[in-house]
Amino acid sequence: MSAGTEKIDVTVTDIVKLNDLVTRFKFERSDGGQLPTFSGGAHTVVEMQDDGITRLNPYSLMSDPMDQSAYTISVRRDDEGRGGSLFMHNRVKTGDRMVISYPVNLFSLDLRARKHLMIAGGIGITPFLAQIKQLDRLSGRFELHYACRSAALGSYVDELTANHPNAVHVYYDDQKQAIDLQRLLTGQPLGTHVYVCGPKGMIEWVRKTSAALGWPEEAVHYEEFLAPQSGKPFQVRLAKSGITVDVGEHESLLEAIERAGIDAPYLCRGGACGQCETDVIESDGTFVHRDHWLEDEDRASGCKIMPCVSRFEGRTLVLDR
Amino acid sequence: MTIQFNDETFRDDYTFHNSDWAIRRFPFPFHEDSYMYSVNMEQHRGGPAGSVYEKRFDVDEHYVSEMKDRAIVLAEDPLRCQSLPHMTLAGWDLLELIMVSKSEDYPDLFELHRDGNDWRWINRPLGIDDRFTFLDEATLPYGPMEYITRQTQGDFAVLDQRDENLWMDAGMVTTQADWSLDFDIGMNFFEWHAPVPLAHEMGIFKRALKFLLNVQQGNPARRLNWTMTVNPLLDTSPENYHKWGIQKTTLTPENIGSKQHLRVELQTFFRLPRSNALVFPIRCYMIALQDVVTVPKWGRRLHRVLRDVPVELATYKGFIGNRPLIVDYLSQFDDGLPTSDGIWPDLDTEPPLRKG
Amino acid sequence: MSTFRFPPSITSRPVYGTLAPRPGKAHLMIADAEGAEALLDLAAADPELFANAHVIFIPKGTGDRFTEPLKAANPSILHVGPSYAASVPRIRRVLSDAHMGLQVYLAGTEGLMGQAMNEATAAGIPHSAIQTEHRGSVARRMQCVHCKGITEDVMTDPFVCAHCGLTLFVRDHYSRRHAAFQGVCIDAEDPGNIPDPVELYS
Repeated sequence: MSAGTEKIDVTVTDIVKLNDLVTRFKFERSDGGQLPTFSGGAHTVVEMQDDGITRLNPYSLMSDPMDQSAYTISVRRDDEGRGGSLFMHNRVKTGDRMVISYPVNLFSLDLRARKHLMIAGGIGITPFLAQIKQLDRLSGRFELHYACRSAALGSYVDELTANHPNAVHVYYDDQKQAIDLQRLLTGQPLGTHVYVCGPKGMIEWVRKTSAALGWPEEAVHYEEFLAPQSGKPFQVRLAKSGITVDVGEHESLLEAIERAGIDAPYLCRGGACGQCETDVIESDGTFVHRDHWLEDEDRASGCKIMPCVSRFEGRTLVLDR
Repeated sequence: MTIQFNDETFRDDYTFHNSDWAIRRFPFPFHEDSYMYSVNMEQHRGGPAGSVYEKRFDVDEHYVSEMKDRAIVLAEDPLRCQSLPHMTLAGWDLLELIMVSKSEDYPDLFELHRDGNDWRWINRPLGIDDRFTFLDEATLPYGPMEYITRQTQGDFAVLDQRDENLWMDAGMVTTQADWSLDFDIGMNFFEWHAPVPLAHEMGIFKRALKFLLNVQQGNPARRLNWTMTVNPLLDTSPENYHKWGIQKTTLTPENIGSKQHLRVELQTFFRLPRSNALVFPIRCYMIALQDVVTVPKWGRRLHRVLRDVPVELATYKGFIGNRPLIVDYLSQFDDGLPTSDGIWPDLDTEPPLRKG
Repeated sequence: MSTFRFPPSITSRPVYGTLAPRPGKAHLMIADAEGAEALLDLAAADPELFANAHVIFIPKGTGDRFTEPLKAANPSILHVGPSYAASVPRIRRVLSDAHMGLQVYLAGTEGLMGQAMNEATAAGIPHSAIQTEHRGSVARRMQCVHCKGITEDVMTDPFVCAHCGLTLFVRDHYSRRHAAFQGVCIDAEDPGNIPDPVELYS
């Protein structure tokens, strides 16, 4: 069963341009029914029909998890990317019908936490918007530290600071403001969990700093959706299906497998969940591993690949699919 | 159909019995003539009409009496129902899942009326008509998990998901195959399965965990498990083992057909939306051997399975001592004919027992 | 030497390691009896660690000889208590205003480590982030699954429950929450047929 998730037919009922980079989309069920509730931190996979190419991009749900009338997501335009965000920005119009997946949560709150310490960078704010709404209902204790490039690009800053003046702290890069992470992490009471969502460098910074300060890794949570990156075209043989597929420059290995009509498993499409892990039967060349999932020994063995984000450069690649 | 609820007991005088309807729809757990552990998961999306798979939460003729038995167990030992503090939200998720499912699947028995967070729940078989505020514990007589599972057949393990594992952090456990919620609460998936022999070495639990971590909203799963119980005793708990253990020694060739029961668990798995927890309902069905053998295919197959099951498994499932008696009894119902694949009774196609 | 190598067992049975210095601004060390040896090894490995350490030691009869060496290792605070129970209020107080990054080191008997681990996890430290090292007696803390009473320092299998009097066999199934192994009635299916007690790991 692909994805292990159900699909929902939705209609785009509102599009709001927040700033130069970020646009918000609102989805309601096309049949008028209610959407499933979800937990803060969940994402949905949005299907885009882009001139014959099916793109499947994950976006964090940012609306109130208890609100079953609509879902909202925010999409940051990526001019260098393969086109998913550009499709959302340039092609999607109010009234369009789209297909999204049921919510999947790979970044959920640890509900045992005495305190939730959230660190967001840029568009990484979106999962926290839903988590904060959830914690509001449960009277959970949280603190948000949100770094953005400039006031003009600070999505949702006004809403957050108005609703939670004491719990939200905003830092603008262009004003040389920065999170004093060392100090922040040192003072947290026992039972605090830290959550980080943002650029790769920010996640690494929080993970390294917290480890050096003796934070247990079980109390450090992070979510980084890797967008698949373009690369040289290559050919893959799918042994079980008995077919050979060409992987184009701007499509991922997983997308190429799906295009060939093979029902391959996936969940996050961002190298994090492990669901699409595939055995390599034969290879002659170099793997370009980009996931967060495989262990070093898996990579060294050359026997596994995560086709959602990773690629291959070489003569022969045969997968057990 | 309207269900006729039995008035029966699962202790003392043991008046529990299965009607012909209940026998025909019994979830016989063996799809072939032998048994070994496997990760035998499938989607829980209905099943043949009238089967125990049809509805999300099966209600049968034992419902009312099972709920009375649960109340007796809880009065004697409230530790059979526990929820760690962070699991309250999951309890509400479970309450919603069961109320919505039952009111949609059995509209003649259950009704749910919702106006925002003001809910009214009507349970006709148990004579309950309650109004409460969703997500407000102060408006229910028990915590949400206890409230709804006092009204739902089967045990419930509510599992928190974190650190790539599942943690048994809440549960209602009164019809268990000899494990203690009070002891196991707080354990992870590998820890609470620690006493199970062979399966760890076979990698069964690693694969099962990987599957369960990926059970998603709207896409529940299920599997069957089984053991053997002397007398239709629902509460085979370790807590009371010093009281019921002796019953295992009361089997004779004359009484075995009515006393020895095959005990089957229909295990289902649902992702809970607000808490991201996983609920693991474990529904127990029991059937006397003399009723099993009224289905010729099941009589043949049960004999072969129990005869050949490895010693470790028969020991763990607690029937190693009685195995010779059980196999002797069942051998009368095995004429050596082949059996059809799958668990269904196949009464129309399987031949009757050839009397040797 | 006070170390004992436990044979392989089921996955719920705790596995103990060797205490090692970890980064952190504060360190809480709790030991009983021969567990002090593990702390002294730790002090030898990293003397500076002790400068920020709060050490709670319960000699428990056999450990008095370690009190002076512990003092000599110069911990920030050393508390020597008469029993684990008497030290619990102190442990809770220390944990109540501790910060993330606190490192917890436990050494000695299984009962001490299990109970102290419970305090630390209740305060918000994941159990897997707490270091343990077994030293000294292999006696077990046992829960009677029938009456729920705890019998401390069980040395034989089977043993008699100190609360309800049933004779229980000793399982390796272990509950962190109870900090105890499970004891189950040994003669339920054959009343009165009780084998002679055998010393654990003999």
